[in-house]
Amino acid sequence: MADPMRVRATENGGVVDVKILMKHDMETGQRKDASGKTIPAWHIQTVIAQCKGKEVFHANFGPAVSKDPFLNFKFKGGAKGDKVTVTWVDNRGDKRTDEATIS
Amino acid sequence: MNITRREMLRVSAVVSLMAAAGLIGEAQAAEWNKAAFEGKSVNDVIKALGGGAPEKSGSIAFNAPDIAENGAVVPVAVTSNLPDTEQIAILVEKNPNTLAADFVIPTGTEPFVSTRVKMGQTSVVHAAVKAGGKWYVASKEIKVTLGGCGG
Repeated sequence: MADPMRVRATENGGVVDVKILMKHDMETGQRKDASGKTIPAWHIQTVIAQCKGKEVFHANFGPAVSKDPFLNFKFKGGAKGDKVTVTWVDNRGDKRTDEATIS
Repeated sequence: MNITRREMLRVSAVVSLMAAAGLIGEAQAAEWNKAAFEGKSVNDVIKALGGGAPEKSGSIAFNAPDIAENGAVVPVAVTSNLPDTEQIAILVEKNPNTLAADFVIPTGTEPFVSTRVKMGQTSVVHAAVKAGGKWYVASKEIKVTLGGCGG
């Protein structure tokens, strides 16, 4: 099971600022191990953030996104106490969903 | 050993069930644009994302360092001041695959994104923005003193 991510959502003047820190190796598929074999790519492909059932952000990642990806975005329409749900899916079909309450 | 094998079987059963039910599979495959992520040049990628030659724009604020000490973690932030921004993409010209990440901006979401990318070597980095059906681009060279794709 994948490690939990850290999600922080803060509302200020009608705009919700969401910061996400995911825990993932983000293997590029370019590196080789000690015996010279290529380490297969293993990275997050999609990240979807929802608030009140509406998709507020959708990111597609290639392997060139840094290890333990960080993501920051802002959206309108969220209020304090609402929940932001973030889900990522990697190229092996592994997924992880976490939630944060807007403060 | 036995447990892991059983777990494995269970997981693969669930996955194949989901695929059969259409929960994963084609729809998701289409969403993650493989052609775009395999593109080797800026024009390839924009074409794969469904655009023509991008136009240079001064209305895109592209915030990134001039020199990145560690190519494995290069912070980039893009703010678009173009009306009707629908999509933001970050492209690193000299990486093995140009497209690093692509963001869809639904209505109500600010045309802003900040993340961290890997860079193999010093390269020009482009922030491409799709606004009103057209692609615009802002570019910046980032010098890397230590590569992020070596091994």
